[in-house]
Amino acid sequence: MLEKAFEGGKKYWTWVFFLGALAVSGVYYYIQQFNYGLGLTGLSRDVSWGLYIGQFTFLVGVAASAVMLVIPHYLHDYKKFSKIVILGEFLAISAVTMCILFIFVDMGQPMRITNVVLHPTLNSVMFWDSVVLMGYLVLNLMIGWVTLSSDRKGVAPPKWIKPFIYLSVPWAVSIHTVTAFLYAGLPGRHFWLSAVMAARFLASAFAGGPALLIILALIVRKVTKFDPGKEPIQTLGVIVTYAMFANVFLLGLEFFTAFYSNIPGHMESFIYLYAGAHGHHELVPLMWTSSIFAAVSLLMLVIPKIRRNETTLSLACVMLFASLWIDKGFGLVIGGFVPNMMNQIRPYWPTRQESIITLGVWAIGLLILTFLYKIAVSVRERTAGIEIEH
Amino acid sequence: MSIDRRQFLKIAGISSLLGIGATAASATHNVWIKGINPPQVEPEQAALRAAHWAMVVDMSKFKTEEDFQKTISACHTTHNVPDFGNIKDEIKWIWKEAYENAFPHQDSPYMEEKIREIPFIVLCNHCENPACVRVCPTQATFKRKSDGIVMMDMHRCIGCRFCMAACPYGARSFNYRDPRPFIKNENKEYPTRTRGVVEKCTFCTERLAVGKLPACVEAAPQGGLIFGDLADKNSEVRKIVETRYTIRRKADLGTGPSVYYLIGGMEHA
Repeated sequence: MLEKAFEGGKKYWTWVFFLGALAVSGVYYYIQQFNYGLGLTGLSRDVSWGLYIGQFTFLVGVAASAVMLVIPHYLHDYKKFSKIVILGEFLAISAVTMCILFIFVDMGQPMRITNVVLHPTLNSVMFWDSVVLMGYLVLNLMIGWVTLSSDRKGVAPPKWIKPFIYLSVPWAVSIHTVTAFLYAGLPGRHFWLSAVMAARFLASAFAGGPALLIILALIVRKVTKFDPGKEPIQTLGVIVTYAMFANVFLLGLEFFTAFYSNIPGHMESFIYLYAGAHGHHELVPLMWTSSIFAAVSLLMLVIPKIRRNETTLSLACVMLFASLWIDKGFGLVIGGFVPNMMNQIRPYWPTRQESIITLGVWAIGLLILTFLYKIAVSVRERTAGIEIEH
Repeated sequence: MSIDRRQFLKIAGISSLLGIGATAASATHNVWIKGINPPQVEPEQAALRAAHWAMVVDMSKFKTEEDFQKTISACHTTHNVPDFGNIKDEIKWIWKEAYENAFPHQDSPYMEEKIREIPFIVLCNHCENPACVRVCPTQATFKRKSDGIVMMDMHRCIGCRFCMAACPYGARSFNYRDPRPFIKNENKEYPTRTRGVVEKCTFCTERLAVGKLPACVEAAPQGGLIFGDLADKNSEVRKIVETRYTIRRKADLGTGPSVYYLIGGMEHA
């Protein structure tokens, strides 16, 4: 099936080369960073994680969100998802690959990456995170490939794949829970030291991932002959709405605990992020953009008329995705480091090189996604009209 | 039984994939034991030994700016700590922090600025339950079983900086760039670091091993930094901690810092 990725029209290749060019510029700056060190980024001893780890965290959520298609389809026998469940699984593959790349570009000594395997450390959450992420990648590669090959041959997928599909459900939950534990178990970082962190991560993932899927499904319909169908997109829209409500609710809980308890350590990061502190307001516009986008997109999604119109639905999804990207891909990480452990404000802003490397990783992820979707769509176009029991 | 080339390559390939080969080769490695005792050559007879190294800081002994500078630079020159001249790349093992920063949220609005800004010497607390050790994915940072010092293996550190996120004292620094051009007078007795690894105070393990007190303790004003075995009932640090009012930074976090700050040391100590 792989050859399908290399058969495409002029538009397809233009898109591929565009992403390729972005990826190459990312690699170019990464080589600079490799030679100079992470000093090329905006990071410091006070804010020691930034854009890279933020993207990693956000994308783990995107990867986990495939489960929002797998559960209805495989556990509840919701047949309408049979055509698009593969889009979710392939999105997960691309997202996990980006996660791994973001971890890699964030490492001070990337050539020593195998130390994590050579010296397995069971008390380190990072060790477990690498285990579950790798496992999730393998699971999705296997499930996606096996089910799609069966589809191509017009037969039902083999029985042995079923247990792996069921396993992928708790596994998806585990990748985001363990990622949340990277943050939620650290003494002294009050902003992260929250029992609802993992729940918040899952809620935002189950809103953001499917929102992205809706956008992707609409693009697929526009540029290919494969139509993911109206109804699955609407179902996804409902899932996004519920999950986003849960996410906003959980964020509200964080605010309540911080401000009703009135404990300075718990309030300070929120104040820095949303109002600024000691003359530093670097992140205030971003955080408010995120909040406004969240409120507006939620309002749009909750009104059935707006949600059912695919144009307005996609607009709401774009805003929602942007809102969550700012909140989780940036604010969440930086907020944990500002103020620092000495209660001083040392702001962080990514450098140009850091941003281009980030863009490059996204381009590589999108490139993988493009190839995978091209393969999936080619199979779907061929088998259009044939319904296969999964 | 003999194996042919093909079989050998198969086994070698699979076992190296699984990390078995390397695990077997590393004798120090045991994930089930919390502390690690690195094998070393027969220790020096003169080596200073303790079951729990700890430090008492008596700020009343630090009177002039020079007292601070001497203490800090003794450490930084001994350990080849670079000076980049900017906050972003900064590396420091021991430094000065105002009271309100060393002990956040312990000040009051009526406190005079003078008191709020009383300088305190801060460094790695060599915690009894170090969060940095708990999170490190490679055991590059570990707690030495014999004396409780939290150490760093610069050759194993992958530079993920999880330890920096975990340390509640901001005691850790990262080599954001090659530190070597920024070391003014290199001490050939102590290794320099490469870029991309985390470093911090080690309670001068290399000096203890040859019977010397930590560099900062030696350079500090008499009685300013008191170093000893907290597990030994007769040690000076133990006596001070037992009988005098001392505080520790963020002790409520359960990390069990081994650096104690003596309050009101002026009159007695």
